[in-house]
Amino acid sequence: MSDSGQQHPLNIYYAVWILLFVISAFSYAVDYYQLQGTLRWTLILIFMFLKAGFITAIFMHMTWERLALQLAILAPPIFLMVFIGIMAIEADYTFLTRIEFFTESDFVPVYHHGGGSH
Amino acid sequence: MSQTSVNETQVIQEGLAGVASDFSADRQSFHVHWGKAMMWIFLLSDTFIFSSFLIGYMTVRMSAQDPWPLTSEVFALSMGGEPIPLLLIAIMTFILITSSGTMALAVNMGYAKDKKKTFYLMLVTAILGASFVGMQVFEWSKLILDEGVRPWANPMGASQFGAAFFMITGFHGMHVTGGVIYLLVVAFRVKNGFYERRGNDYSIVEICGLYWHFVDLVWVFIFAFFYLW
Repeated sequence: MSDSGQQHPLNIYYAVWILLFVISAFSYAVDYYQLQGTLRWTLILIFMFLKAGFITAIFMHMTWERLALQLAILAPPIFLMVFIGIMAIEADYTFLTRIEFFTESDFVPVYHHGGGSH
Repeated sequence: MSQTSVNETQVIQEGLAGVASDFSADRQSFHVHWGKAMMWIFLLSDTFIFSSFLIGYMTVRMSAQDPWPLTSEVFALSMGGEPIPLLLIAIMTFILITSSGTMALAVNMGYAKDKKKTFYLMLVTAILGASFVGMQVFEWSKLILDEGVRPWANPMGASQFGAAFFMITGFHGMHVTGGVIYLLVVAFRVKNGFYERRGNDYSIVEICGLYWHFVDLVWVFIFAFFYLW
């Protein structure tokens, strides 16, 4: 492949554009209808990864790039999973330490791990 | 760049020019416009910056003892007396998606060498981006002045909320602002025929588009993790 740029039929852009609108509407609906718990988090993640995938693959042309560039850009973020894991363990430890040492005796700790389970 | 030798294997230069020639002496790895490869590498580093912010946010939220403020209430907007959850954020999301679409079309028109359409599509993208920043200013001022949210405390719950919010959305807003300026510069250069005179190469529109789509991409993650979670 030479330096010539990425040119693709316009229809694919329109299709992805509409899809992004629809998926965004779905993820907004998750909040609007106040879905809670595991269902909420699963849906949020699914819609998030779908949107991110379409933007990267089609709008940013990653699908049509050569494998070398795809790997160079898409592989390093995998290490973020390790970072997330380490910090989740650390946060858990901090939370338990706070419960142990910084809580009044009549205080009932509010367990709200994983976020908005209110 | 002056070469000291005609022989390819003996091009040895001194000083800064030598540094540049030494580092550029290797084979080309990515068979794309050099600017595109560089933009992708910048975006990769930016991915790590935003990920660090979001992971930091996860850490403080998981370890906070006070309940986290309910984002769908904090960011609700009253329409006709009835509060609609996350209304402004939803509008901002749709504006950013719309601008991503117009940008994708601008890239296409750029490669089709259609200067006029490229210019107008980029201009529309920039205007949508500017309106996004405007709404963010409104959101920030509402939160700071009406709700009393500060980076160190807020009346709604865990005090870490403000720090995470201002840091993450502030950095993203800065990226959008920078993107609007970048878009305008490139758009007017397209219009002026700047790229026409330089070999009629419109790769810059695609490179600029990569940055813009990335800003949209980051918003997808902020929307999911900060506003919806």
